[in-house]
Amino acid sequence: MKEGHFFDKPQNVKRVLMAFYICLGLLIVIDLILTLMHLKHPFFSWDGYPFFNGAFGFVSYVSIVLISSYILRKLVKRKEDYYD
Amino acid sequence: MINSIPPAAILILGAFLIPFLKGRQKTVYLLLLPAIAFIKVLIMPEGSHWTIGFLDYDIIFSRVDKLSKAFGYIFALISFIGTLYSLHLKNEDLQHVAAFLYAGSALGVVFAGDMLSLFVFWEIMTIASTYLIWRRGSEASYTAGLRYLLVHLFGGLCLLIGIIIHVYQTGSIVFGNIGLNGLASYLILIGFGINCAFPVLHAWLPDAYPEATITGTVFLSAFTTKTAVYVLARSFPGTELLIWIGVTMTAFVIFYAAVENNLRRVLSYSLINQVGFMLVGIGIGTELSLNGTVSHAFSHILYKALLFMSMGAVLHQTGKIKCTDLGGLYKTMPLTTIFCIIGAASISGFPLFSGFVSKSMIITAAGGGGMTMVWIMLMFASAGVLHHAGIKVPYHAFFSHDSGIRTKEPPTNMLLAMGIAAFLCVFIGIFPGTLYSILPYPVDFEPYTFAHVFDTLQLLLFAGLAAALLILSGLHPPELNAINLDTDWFYRKGANAFNWVVKRLTPVTAFIVIPLLGGAIISVIVGIY
Repeated sequence: MKEGHFFDKPQNVKRVLMAFYICLGLLIVIDLILTLMHLKHPFFSWDGYPFFNGAFGFVSYVSIVLISSYILRKLVKRKEDYYD
Repeated sequence: MINSIPPAAILILGAFLIPFLKGRQKTVYLLLLPAIAFIKVLIMPEGSHWTIGFLDYDIIFSRVDKLSKAFGYIFALISFIGTLYSLHLKNEDLQHVAAFLYAGSALGVVFAGDMLSLFVFWEIMTIASTYLIWRRGSEASYTAGLRYLLVHLFGGLCLLIGIIIHVYQTGSIVFGNIGLNGLASYLILIGFGINCAFPVLHAWLPDAYPEATITGTVFLSAFTTKTAVYVLARSFPGTELLIWIGVTMTAFVIFYAAVENNLRRVLSYSLINQVGFMLVGIGIGTELSLNGTVSHAFSHILYKALLFMSMGAVLHQTGKIKCTDLGGLYKTMPLTTIFCIIGAASISGFPLFSGFVSKSMIITAAGGGGMTMVWIMLMFASAGVLHHAGIKVPYHAFFSHDSGIRTKEPPTNMLLAMGIAAFLCVFIGIFPGTLYSILPYPVDFEPYTFAHVFDTLQLLLFAGLAAALLILSGLHPPELNAINLDTDWFYRKGANAFNWVVKRLTPVTAFIVIPLLGGAIISVIVGIY
């Protein structure tokens, strides 16, 4: 079997991550322009703050990982043969 | 000929011919039946057809309006895709028959204009779907299937009692808007709610779906919960309780999906999350939100089936389905990887994919209606979807660390089925007008405004940044081989307690003490009312 696939090369992983970070940078720039030009259409007032959605997504994601792993798992995790 | 029978009958009656056909004939026949059912749904004029007098009531087998038609289209379509995905099965006539009975009775429920035929189709669905779980043939599938059957028979019983009281009180068996107003409606809601995986009543779903056959799960993911969504949209639109039930469903399963190791179980929890969005739409009850529910059911059936098909392909090729056993499969299953990523992008609601154009209707209905808490929860749930379905499923199966497994793509029929579903996910995402044209109400909604696309991308990509940072820094907790207790604990442990009691029963306790106790409890209840 042929080895050396796309993500086996560290420089490819770096390239993909770099492209991703550039997209994020663009989103931040566009967000500032939209906020300054009052082009946002928030449902409430606070969801129109600059960078609200990005921060919301980031914080939600981290809290999901932390709560599920460090709280839920403590409560419900059992050995695989628990019901046997 | 095709005009003279309801779409449900095409699949249900047609199923019984399957065992008598061989080879290519059978293949063509299997694909033809759902195709004919689809055409039938397409050409059926609106109105009530196939009305048959029974005792003092009218049984209506085809009540056709835009709501039932929308579900009719997607059910016929997914039957075709699911059947195509199952074509490699040899000597599995019974599984094909069960799948067709299941799909046919789901169509029966959708087009039923009365509660009696609805109930009969509802029960056929339960029995046919149980076979799809049992056919896996393992000890786990047998016991999970048994629990599935018992839970759904209980739900069916609640529904039946509710229907009887409702018919007794109103004198009509017509199935239409019920609304929450008394014992009958609550019993009907619980009956529907069990199939809809209401919180606390939901555990049958992640218990049974991952244990079903590889092809069976594709059918299961489409019909049981979505017929429940349909009947709730028909009978309880605008019921506020459903908003809160729906919001709870979108939120709590996210954490379960996050700690689950079995990828088909991750998708099962994810299914509950998606149905939660649909319930919120029903609960809000505006034209926009109900359109959102129907369109989200439509696109959800496609991308959820696609995700289950891609994980089914992985299980079929490697015999493994746990995060801890998989990884690096993109090297040998590139097409399956692409299909899975399309499903993942669709469920996460990325612009240009189907989830974006449907879910945003519901979120907009909540935000536009000033429901702050609901809106925040739905946005949080959207980040959760990205976590477990958007990233976890494709990442652990196809990328992550290389598990060393070298396999090949699944059979052509499986690839074709995934390809069609993936194409439709992208097609709906790019041309939402086609989907919007079959919705129950006229659509006055534009998903592709600059602000909306931008907000969605920002939410998703920065959640993605959190994922990247957690994984790259090694802070992301590892997946673990374990059981995570859910509400099925109560009946699984409860059954043990019941067995313990039964084994110790003497004739005196069985025939004297228990009847006396039971009698006393009933008299107290009767006394109170």
